[in-house]
Amino acid sequence: MKNIKFLLLGIFFAIVLSKTQAISWYRFYEMFRFESFHMFGIIGGAVVISMVFMQLFKSGKIRDIKGNKIYPEQKKKGFYRTLIGGTFFGLGWGISGACAAPIFVILGFKFLPALILLIGALLGAFIYGLLSKKLPN
Amino acid sequence: MDFILQPWAWYIGGPLIAISLLLYFYFGKNFGASTNFETLCTMAGAGKISDYFKTDWKERSFALLFVIGLIIGGYISSIYLIPEQTIDLNPNTVQELSNLGFSNIGNQYFPDEIFSDEVVFSLKGFLILLVSGVFIGFGTRYAGGCTSGHAITGLSSLQLPSLLAVIGFFIGGIIAAWFLIPILF
Repeated sequence: MKNIKFLLLGIFFAIVLSKTQAISWYRFYEMFRFESFHMFGIIGGAVVISMVFMQLFKSGKIRDIKGNKIYPEQKKKGFYRTLIGGTFFGLGWGISGACAAPIFVILGFKFLPALILLIGALLGAFIYGLLSKKLPN
Repeated sequence: MDFILQPWAWYIGGPLIAISLLLYFYFGKNFGASTNFETLCTMAGAGKISDYFKTDWKERSFALLFVIGLIIGGYISSIYLIPEQTIDLNPNTVQELSNLGFSNIGNQYFPDEIFSDEVVFSLKGFLILLVSGVFIGFGTRYAGGCTSGHAITGLSSLQLPSLLAVIGFFIGGIIAAWFLIPILF
C-alpha cells in the first residue's frame, strides 16, 4: 500500500480547501465579479510559492522520494484547445461554484448535488474523448 | 483548537495548497485533479465505446486514492471542522444576490438556490448542476487541466498553454457570474 500517502494527501488537501472556504459557491461568485481578494490571494499565493518550489525542482535541490529529478508535465499546446476548453470549464465553474477537486470535496458536504455535478463531469469528459480527434487544437 | 475551528485566511490557504503540490510531486506524480474524470470513465467501461479511454486505470490508482481522500477530507471537514459556515462577503455581493432573490446569503457554503434537495429534485435545478458538470468535464479535458493542473501547476512552471487556459477560465467564469447567473435566477 505504497499509495496510501496519496489518500492522506487527499484528506489534507480537502481540509485545506474546506477550511479556507475555497469550495464555497459564494467565494467563486465574488471572485468572478472581482468583489473580494480572498480567492485571488489563495490561488495567487499558491502560484507564487509553487514557483519557488518549481525552481528548486529544476535545480535539483528538491528531488522526489526515490531521489529522481522532478519534471512537471508539459501541458499540451494549442490556442483553441486551451482557450475554448478553458472557457467551457469557466462557465461550469462560474455557475456551479465547483472546479475539479472541489467536486469530490463537496461530495462530503452536499452529496446529492455533488454527485450530479460529478456525473455531468464524467459525461463531459466522455464527450471530449469521443470528439478529441475532431476538435481544433 | 480555536485555530482549527476558525475559518483560515487566504495567506494560510495559499501556502498550504503549495505544500500539497510539493508533496504530490515529492511522491513522484504530477499534481492535478481533472484527469480523474477520464480515469473514472475508463473504469465505467468507456473504453468499449472509444479508444480514447482504452488505458490501464490501475496505473492511476494513486490518483484514485487521492480522490477518495478528497471525499473523506470533505466529510471530516463538514462534520467536525466547520461549526460555522458563515462567509464574510462583500456587502455589494450580498446586495446583488439578494436582488436576484437569493436568501440566507453567506450563511452557508452552498446556497439553497442551487444545492438544496428541493432544487436538486426540480428539473431546472437538476439541469443546472448536470450541464455545469458537463462543461467542467468537457472543458477541463479539452483544455488539458483545471485549477490545480493549469492555474497552479502550469502557471508556476511558467507554461504558456496554462496562461491561455486560465484566461479561458476567467472568460467563462465572468460570463457565468455576470450574465448567466442573473438569467438563471
